[in-house]
This record gives sequence, structure tokens and C-alpha cells, in this order.
Amino acid sequence: MIQKLDYLKETPSQTAGPYVHIGLAPGAAGFDIYEKELGWDIAGPNANGERIRIEGVVIDGTGSPIKDVMLEAWQANSEGHYAHPEGGGTVEDGFKGWGRVITDFETGEWAFDTIKPGRTRGRDVGQQAPHINLWIVARGINVGLNTRLYFDDETEANAVDPVLNLIEWETRRSTLLAKRNDRDGHVVYRFDIKLQGHNETVFFDI
Amino acid sequence: MTKNGEFYQRDRTWHPPAVTPDYKTSVTRSPQYSLISLQNSVSEVTGPVFGHNDIHALDNDLIHNYAQAGDAAIGERIILHGRVLDENHRPIPNTLVEVWQANAGGRYRHKKDTYLAPIDPNFGGCGRTLTDESGYYFFRTIKPGAYPWRNWVNNWRPAHIHVSIFGTAFAQRLITQCYFEGDPLIDKCPIVHTIPDAQARAQLVAALDMNASVPLDSIAYKFDIVLRGRRSTLFENRLEGN
Ligand SMILES: [Fe+3]
Repeated sequence: MIQKLDYLKETPSQTAGPYVHIGLAPGAAGFDIYEKELGWDIAGPNANGERIRIEGVVIDGTGSPIKDVMLEAWQANSEGHYAHPEGGGTVEDGFKGWGRVITDFETGEWAFDTIKPGRTRGRDVGQQAPHINLWIVARGINVGLNTRLYFDDETEANAVDPVLNLIEWETRRSTLLAKRNDRDGHVVYRFDIKLQGHNETVFFDI
Repeated sequence: MTKNGEFYQRDRTWHPPAVTPDYKTSVTRSPQYSLISLQNSVSEVTGPVFGHNDIHALDNDLIHNYAQAGDAAIGERIILHGRVLDENHRPIPNTLVEVWQANAGGRYRHKKDTYLAPIDPNFGGCGRTLTDESGYYFFRTIKPGAYPWRNWVNNWRPAHIHVSIFGTAFAQRLITQCYFEGDPLIDKCPIVHTIPDAQARAQLVAALDMNASVPLDSIAYKFDIVLRGRRSTLFENRLEGN
């Protein structure tokens, strides 16, 4: 016999199911219950930096858009600080850096407005390129999927980003690049996420 | 003085795998490439912080939070309570716990749910709360009904409450489901059985807790939640600057 390690086990994950909106975005489920739903304003009115919109669709292994997905975004402000005690510095009043994103039930299209994050401190040395951390849950996803959205116009920062460089297959790195467009004077980045198949998005075990 | 280090890696053998063919929807919604392992950076050890300004004190009472004044939701009244801990047994205070569930007849208040059981006009089906200093939380609700779903021809979900928890970091983010002790449908459910390990499945079954019940009012079930633990870095802190 040996001594017993006394750690607890993490509670196992279960799918969020098709009705995740009831709990986390009841307005989208079709009813009004809370005074304030959480996660609708990521940056707040006082945030510095470039105002951007991010839009996309999550696609399954058959090539079809997923219409019942929920995404959560977690990002730094324009100076690279997260709104958290260990986030590296202070943030603007009202800057949350966190948001919830629900798809259109008919088309699967989703979008959110925020500010472009700055570079954040790297794990050991250097800096990480601007990115938004995404967490994806839906019916059929047993454990929420983590990925990162990078910006295709940040060529120099992306080239030295420690996480992008960790991806051995250079062809797969491009699945994490959102594509910049200008639409009626607004900056819109397109980021389609493929859960499976050709050009499958890179997902991380964080 | 110790500093906070990285989170313990997730035990992927304890969690369900991505592809679980008996739960059919997973087949086309599961990545085929392996996940790429990422050591924690500032992006993973931080996460959103919530406070009492974000929610209402009565958001955790599902019997009343959508009911007309003087009315209440129909069903078996229960208290769901427990603690949110990490793998080191440390309580996680002030963390957001959100729940959603079907009504006593097994029907969700969702425009996509078409099950023939009636909507309860006094039941919304969602609640949220923050854990206290000792990681404790509770909800007052009604026991949800079992409901049928399209997977095999005759699949029924056991009574369950969906639970979403944040912890202190994006790396701890978790959604799971809570089942109830003694329910014979648990062992027949393909979603429960996406989890390969019997002990891991048992961790999702809330225990009947007579001591916490309120006589002549509500039965209680205890559901403790464990999030990933974190290293205390004694010597070198690899997370530079954190
Ligand atoms: Fe459910």
C-alpha cells in the first residue's frame, strides 16, 4: 500500500444542450426574466481603442451552420490588460472584456461588438499577439471547446506569437485568423469556426 | 509566501470524449484533430469577475422569480445546495453559478421546445447566484420532470438541472448537469454515458439531503461542484509577471 493523494476530481462536463439560452441568455429563448442579462456589452462606453465588430458562423462536420451554439469571449483591453486582479493592470471603468454571443436561430450567424485588444504579456518572455479567447458550447459538444481569434492585419505580432508558433502545421494557423473588412466605415472581422473536416479550426486544451 | 501558478491539467479521461456515437449529435460536432495543449498564460489564468450588482438577490429562487405576485411554480419543491471547491479542497468564493431546467412536466420555456407537456405560467426555468465566502450556494426550485428527446426512438432524459460555473479563471469554465439520487433513467441516458468512468458519472448525482430539507416545505439535494485546482509555485514562478 502507498499513501493516498487527497485531491478532489474536477466535476465532469456535460453538454450545454439545445436550451442553453434559457439559462444564460433567456431573452434569446423568448422570455424576459432578469433585470439585467450578463455579457451583452464587452467593452463598455469608456473603452479606448479601435471599435470593431466580429462576425461568423460555427460549422459542423457536414458543412452546415450550427444554429444553437453559444460562444463566450474573453479579451484584454487595448493596452493588453484583462479585467481581473491578475490581469496585468487597470482597465477603463465599465470594461468587462467578457461577453456572450448567441447565434441567429435561422441562419447560425453571430456577431459581437467590442474593441480591438492590445498585445498581452507572454507566458515566459515576449508578448502575445492581440487575440480574443473563445469558448464554444452547444448540443453535441461534450466539453466546451477553447480556441483563440487572432487578427489577419497583425502580421508582425502574429509572426512572433508563442501560441500560434506552437501549432506545428503552418497551414492550420490560418484557421485562427479573422479577416478584416471595411463596411460602411465600420471595421468588421469575419471569423468562421469549423468544428470538423477540411480546415478544421485549431482547438486548445488550456 | 507562495504565488499562484498554473492550473492542474484537465483529466481528459474523466471528462467525456468529444465523439460519443450513442449521443448522436456529437458525431458531426466533434473536432477530429487532437486538441493542442497550451500551458497557461495570462489569457487563461484570468476570467470575468462578477459582483452583487450584476444579479438580483432573488434570482436564485426559481419557484418565485418568474411567478405572478402571490403565485408559485407547480411541482415538488426542492432546495439544491452545495459548495464550489477546487481540486485542492479550497472553497471558491464569489463565483457565479447559473442554472436552467425544465418545469415539473419536463417542458422548457424555450421557443424551440415543442414537447406536449404544458408550460407552467409561473415558472421561467432559470436562476443564478454567487457563492458566499465559503463557496456555498443554494437554489430554491421545483424538481424538473423527465422528458423525451430524439436520439434513439425512445430516449428520455433523467430529471436534471443544467449548471454553469465560472471559477476565477477562463481555464476553469465549466458547464455540466446535475441528476438526482435514485432516478432509474440516469443509467439509461446516452448523455450521462458520454462519461466513461462510473465514479465520474456518480459525481453528477446530487444526494438526497434530509438534514437540509425544510419540514413541511422542501426536500433538499446536495450537489458539490469541483473546479480545476491550481499550483502554488514555491520557487520559480513560470508565469512571469503574474
Ligand atoms: Fe436539459
